[in-house]
Amino acid sequence: MTLAEMQFQMPDLRLASAEIFMLIMASFILLLDLLVKDRKRTLTFFATQATLVGTALVTFATTSGDVGYTFSNMYVGDLFSDLLKLLLYLTVIVVLFYSRAYILEREQMARGEYYTLALFATLGMMVMISANHFLTIYLGLELLSLSLYAMVAMNRDSVPATEAAMKYFVLGALASGLLLYGMSMIYGATGTLEISAVAERLYLGQADRTILIFGLVFLVSGIAFKLGVVPFHMWIPDVYHGAPTAVTLFIATAPKLAAFAIVIRMLVSGLIVLAKDWQAMLILLAVLSMAIGNIAAIGQTNLKRMLAYSAISHMGFMLLGLVTGVVGGDGRFALNAYSSAMFYVVTYVLTSAGTFGMILLLARGGLESDALDDFKGLNKRSPWFAGLMMMMMFSMAGIPFFVGFFAKFSVLQAVVAAGYLWLAIVAVFFSLIGCYYYLRVVKLMYFDEPLNTMPIQAPADMKILLSVNGLAVALLGIFPQTLMSLCAFSLLHSL
Amino acid sequence: MSGTPLLTLAIWIPIVAGLFVLATGSDRNAPRARMLSLVGAVAGLLVTIPLYTGFDLQTPAMQFVELKSWIPRFNINYHLGVDGISMLFVILNSFITVTVVLAGWQVIESRVAQYNAGFLIMSGLLNGIFSALDGALFYVFFEASLIPLYLIIGVWGGPNRVYAAFKFFLFTLLGSLLFLIALLYLFIESGGSFSILDWHQLPLAMTPQTWLFLAFLIAFAVKVPMWPVHTWLPDAHVEAPTGGSIVLAAIALKLGAYGFLRFSLPITPDAAHQLAGLVIALSLIAIIYIGFVALAQEDMKKLVAYSSIAHMGFVTLGFFIFSAMGIEGALVQMISHGFVSGAMFFSIGVMYDRAHSRQIADYGGVINRMPKFAAFFMLFAMANAGLPATSGFVGEFMVILAAVDHHFWVAFAAASTMVVGAAYTLWMYKRVIFGAVANHHVAELTDINRREFLIFVLFAVGVIGMGVYPQPFTEVMHSSVNELLRHVALSKIQ
Repeated sequence: MTLAEMQFQMPDLRLASAEIFMLIMASFILLLDLLVKDRKRTLTFFATQATLVGTALVTFATTSGDVGYTFSNMYVGDLFSDLLKLLLYLTVIVVLFYSRAYILEREQMARGEYYTLALFATLGMMVMISANHFLTIYLGLELLSLSLYAMVAMNRDSVPATEAAMKYFVLGALASGLLLYGMSMIYGATGTLEISAVAERLYLGQADRTILIFGLVFLVSGIAFKLGVVPFHMWIPDVYHGAPTAVTLFIATAPKLAAFAIVIRMLVSGLIVLAKDWQAMLILLAVLSMAIGNIAAIGQTNLKRMLAYSAISHMGFMLLGLVTGVVGGDGRFALNAYSSAMFYVVTYVLTSAGTFGMILLLARGGLESDALDDFKGLNKRSPWFAGLMMMMMFSMAGIPFFVGFFAKFSVLQAVVAAGYLWLAIVAVFFSLIGCYYYLRVVKLMYFDEPLNTMPIQAPADMKILLSVNGLAVALLGIFPQTLMSLCAFSLLHSL
Repeated sequence: MSGTPLLTLAIWIPIVAGLFVLATGSDRNAPRARMLSLVGAVAGLLVTIPLYTGFDLQTPAMQFVELKSWIPRFNINYHLGVDGISMLFVILNSFITVTVVLAGWQVIESRVAQYNAGFLIMSGLLNGIFSALDGALFYVFFEASLIPLYLIIGVWGGPNRVYAAFKFFLFTLLGSLLFLIALLYLFIESGGSFSILDWHQLPLAMTPQTWLFLAFLIAFAVKVPMWPVHTWLPDAHVEAPTGGSIVLAAIALKLGAYGFLRFSLPITPDAAHQLAGLVIALSLIAIIYIGFVALAQEDMKKLVAYSSIAHMGFVTLGFFIFSAMGIEGALVQMISHGFVSGAMFFSIGVMYDRAHSRQIADYGGVINRMPKFAAFFMLFAMANAGLPATSGFVGEFMVILAAVDHHFWVAFAAASTMVVGAAYTLWMYKRVIFGAVANHHVAELTDINRREFLIFVLFAVGVIGMGVYPQPFTEVMHSSVNELLRHVALSKIQ
C-alpha cells in the first residue's frame, strides 16, 4: 500500500447508526438517572424502553437488501443482522417489562444502573451480530459479558447471586481467553482477522492447516462456553440458579441470539472451508449436551436450575442444525440447515422468555418462587396462566401444535437430509427423556393441589405481555411459515 | 357433492366448541359448560353424517378432499380426505364424543369445563388423524392428541393416575418419535413431498423398506397396542375416568391399526409381506396369551383392557393375511370394538359411580337391584364374547375365515381363543351380576337413570345393528380395500 492510498476515509456511519443511537441514548440515560428522584425509576424505565423502540426504528429505517461493510470492513450490515437485531430489541423490551416488578421489590436492584447495563449489554450484542472482524466480535462479547457480570451481582447482599457472579466472571474470562487465543492462531495462519478476508485466504488454500485446526479448537471451545454446551456448561446451572430471576431471564434469552450470530459469522462466514472439522467437533458437543442436559434436568427440584439444564440440551439440539450444513464438501444443504438452526434459536428465546416470565409472575413480596413445588396446583389458582405455562412446557418438549415442535422438526429434517440418520435417532431419543421433566411441570400444575392459594398479583402490563408471549408460542406453532421463511430469507441474502 | 369443507368442520367444530367451553370458566357455570359441550359434540356428529350419505361407493379414491398450502417452506399441506377405510372412523369418533359428554354429565363435578373441553378438543384432533392425507399433518394431529388424554387421565383419574398418565404419554411418544424420523426420511426420499398418496407410489429398495416398516411398526404397535408393548394400556384404563376409557378403547386404539393400513402396507408393501409372519405371531400372542391374562384379572376395567388387547390382535391379524376378507373383517372388528368396548367401559363406570369399586369380588347379585342395567350389560358382554347377531361376531368371524385360507393352524389358534374370550367375559358377568346380593353396597344400588338409559340405547343400536346387518358398514369399504390389496400386491422394488 503506498502512502497515497492510505488516506483517511470517512466510514459509512449509516450502517452503524442504530449502534450509535443506542450508545448515545444509553449514556444519556445514565446521566438522566442522576436527576430522577422517584424510587421507582419510572422515567428511567420508560426512557430505556423508548430507546429500544427508537433503535428498532433506526434499524428498520436503515435496512436495505444489500450487504454493506463499513469501518474498514470491520463491520457488516445485512438482512441477517437486521432481523436478529430487531428480534433482540423485542426480546430486551419484553424482558425489561417482565423484570420491572421483580426488581422494584429488591432495594439494591431498583436502580437506574439496571436499565443502563441492560442497554450496554444490548449494544454489545448488536456489535456481535454485525461483526465482520474477529476483534469486533471480541469487543461486542466483552461489552455484553461485563454488563452481565455486573447485573448478576447487582443484588449484592445475596450470597448466591454474588457467588454466581464470581463464577460467571471467572469462567467467562477464561472463555474469552480461549476465544482470543483461537483468534490469534487464525491470525497467525492467515495474516488477517477480517472474517471475509479469512474466508478468502482459506479458500485459496494459503494457510497452514495445523495452526488453523489448533486455533479452531480454541474458537469452538470459546463459542461452546458462550452457548453453554457440554463440556463447557458448568457455569450455566449455577448462574441461572444463583442470579436474580430477572437477570436469569435476561441471560437465558437475548444472548442466545447474539451467540448464534457469532457462530454464523465466525464458523460459517469465516471458516466454512474448515466445515468438516468444526462440524465433527460440534456433533460431539451437541450429543453430549443433549445427553447431559436432559438427564441432569430430571433430578432438579428448582425450576431455574431445571431450565438451565434444559437450555443446555436445547443449545445442543440447535447445534444439530449447524453440523449438517456441509456434507462431503457439498454445500447444497447449507441454507436449509442454518436457517433451521436460526428458527430453533429464535423460537427457543421466545419460549424461554415466557417460561422465566412465569417464574417472575409468581415471585411476589420479595420472595422467589422458583422451586418446582411453587407451581403445584397452579391450575386452581389461575387456569389461564397454568394453560400458558403448559403450552410453553409442551413447546419446549417439542409437542405439536406448539412452536417448539416445528423448531425440532426443521432441525431434524436438516439432519435427515444430510444423511445423519443415527444423529436424528439420538436426538429424538434424548428429547423423549427431556419430555419427562417438562411433563412433570404440567403434572405439578394440573394434577397436584396448590401449596398456597394466593391469587396471582402482577401488574397488568406484565400479565398482558405474558399472555401474548404464550399465545405466540401456540400461534407460531400453527403458522410457522412466516418466521421460517424470514430466517431463510435473511440468511440467503447475507451469506 | 357440495363444496362444504365437511372434514374441516368435523375437525374444527369440536375444537372451537372446546375452547368456548373452556371460556365458561369455573364450576359455577358447570351446567352451561355441559350444555355447550353437548351442542358442540352433536354438531360435530351432524356434520359427519353427509360423509356417509354423500359417499361414492364406486371409487377407491379419496373423497371430500381439501387441499391448501400450510407450510410451503417444507411443502406441508393442509390436505384432508377420506376413503372407505377412514370415513367410518370419523363418524364413529364423533359419535363416541357425544356419548362421552353424556357419560360425564352427572359424574364429573370438579373442573367440568376443562373436562369437557379436553374431550371435545381431542375429538377434533382424532378426526384430524383419520382424515389427514399429509404426513406432517397426520403426525401433528397424532402427537397433539396425546396432550388432552394425558391431562384427562392425570386430573380426573384414579389414585395411581400420575404414573398411568406418564406411562401413557412417554410410551406413545417413544413410538411416534421414530415414526417422525421415518416421515422425514420419506420426505427427503420423495424429493420433498409430505403427501401420503405420493409416498404410496414411491419406489423403495428392500433395506429402507424394512427399516421404515419397523419404525412404523413400533409407532403403531404401541398405539394398538400389540404384545409386548401393551403394558401402558391396562394402567391407563384403570386410572382413567370413564370417559377417558371410552375414548381410549373406542378410538385411540384404532389409530395404530389405521396407521398400518395408511402407512405400513401401502408404503412398504415388500417389507410388509416379508415381515408379515412377525406381525401375525405377535397378534396370535396377543389373542391367546392376553386372553388368558384377562381371565386372571380381578379388576373389571383391567379385564376389559386386556380383552381389548386381545380383540385388537384380531385386527392386526386380519391386516397381515392380505385378503379382502381379512382386512374388511379387521375393519369391522375395529368399529365393532369401538361400540362394544365403549359400552363395556361405560357399564363398569355406571357401577363404579354407585359403589366406587371396580373389583369383581365387591359385587354379586347386581341383577336384583339393577335389572335394566343387567340386561344391557348382558348384551355388551355377549358382544364382547363374540356372540352371533352382535357386532363382535362379524369381524372375528371374517378374520378367522380369512385366516383359514391363509394357514390352518393360525386360524385354529385364533378361533380356539374365542372360547377364552367367552370364558373371561361371561365368568366376570356371572360373578358380578348373578347370585344373591353380596353385601350392603350392592343392596344400595339403584338402577340406571334416563341419561344412562339413553347412552346404553345408543351403544346397543350400534352393537345389534352392526351384528344383524353389517352390509352398510362393509359396502363402503369394498373399493378402498380392494384397491389397497391391489397396491400391496405390487412390489415397490425397482
